[in-house]
Amino acid sequence: MVAKLILRDKEYEVRPGMALADALKKSNIVPESVIAVRDGELITDDEILKNGDVIKLVAVISGG
Amino acid sequence: MNCRRCDRKASIHMRQHKLALCKEHYLEWIPEQTARFIKKYEMFAHDEKILVAVSGGKDSLSLWHILIKLGYQADGLYLGLGIDEGINYSHESQRLTEEFAASHNLKLHIVDIEKEYGQPIPVIAERSHRGHGKPCAVCGLAKRHEMNRIARDLGYDVLATGHNLDDEAAVLFGNTLNWSSEYLLRQGPVLPGTAGLARKVKPLCRFYEREMTAYAIMSGIEYIYEECPFADGSQSIFYKESLNQLETARPGAKLIFYLNFLEAKKSGKLFLEKNVELANLHPCPRCGQPTSTPDQCSFCRMIEKTQSETG
Repeated sequence: MVAKLILRDKEYEVRPGMALADALKKSNIVPESVIAVRDGELITDDEILKNGDVIKLVAVISGG
Repeated sequence: MNCRRCDRKASIHMRQHKLALCKEHYLEWIPEQTARFIKKYEMFAHDEKILVAVSGGKDSLSLWHILIKLGYQADGLYLGLGIDEGINYSHESQRLTEEFAASHNLKLHIVDIEKEYGQPIPVIAERSHRGHGKPCAVCGLAKRHEMNRIARDLGYDVLATGHNLDDEAAVLFGNTLNWSSEYLLRQGPVLPGTAGLARKVKPLCRFYEREMTAYAIMSGIEYIYEECPFADGSQSIFYKESLNQLETARPGAKLIFYLNFLEAKKSGKLFLEKNVELANLHPCPRCGQPTSTPDQCSFCRMIEKTQSETG
């Protein structure tokens, strides 16, 4: 029973049933720095993650 | 969480505005807000010709997309910087920009720094010994110089860049940490045109970087996702990350930081005197653009130095 968060080349496994906001916090990812996409659609941070979910996290920071 | 406008499932939640929207209404909201900012800060009118500086990134391509949607006459300018670093960075950025322009039937000007000045940005940086081993300072200087030159040479009324609120807040944060009063005085959504300097505007300056990423994804804009290879570990990224930590704990902190700065500056309540004179500017004898340095402008001195070393 697992849901996955993928940010660039890193994968984080989290427990299904938790909200995306909690999964990000548990994985030490700053929510303001990413956009979460599931099956091509953006999801908000209150979304409850399901078993087998693969959430692509798009990093938003750019610039030098 | 549901969309405030239609009650469908929301795609984005903007905590600083206490606003959640579905995809359809978000893609309406961003251009509506952009139009509001253009009007509020008196950036430009519908009969003016706009040159949009496009890099192939999410912000500049989204800006171009929004301006066209709003019915403005906006052409693009892409500067080929010659950054490769094993990932074809500039080549890929240019390809994505050209594809965007072609698919939306838009006019794109391409200026290649190496063709214009004989060497790409990393080589100019190395030979000019500027920037402590990183080409970012040289890149910034060259971009400002070239964007201004092209905007004036081609007769555009205004130059628009894709700076978002995170870009502006990071610059403000850095300048505040250093109390760089002259830079603080110059920062704003509009830099008025003066003799030799094109008017510069930042129509996205009140949107978070996260919001622009969402706009690009929802609009199907293909942008360069890879970071510039030289940006790794940069100060501006460190400031943005720090501000995002703050924003997570205090939603709206970045927005308030920037907007209250603009308000304080406008009202004269900032620690600075309102009418401090800017440094005396005179035309550079080589390129004609205004400069505060005694002889040639910094850009021309840098190019001359690198060309003399080459020769």
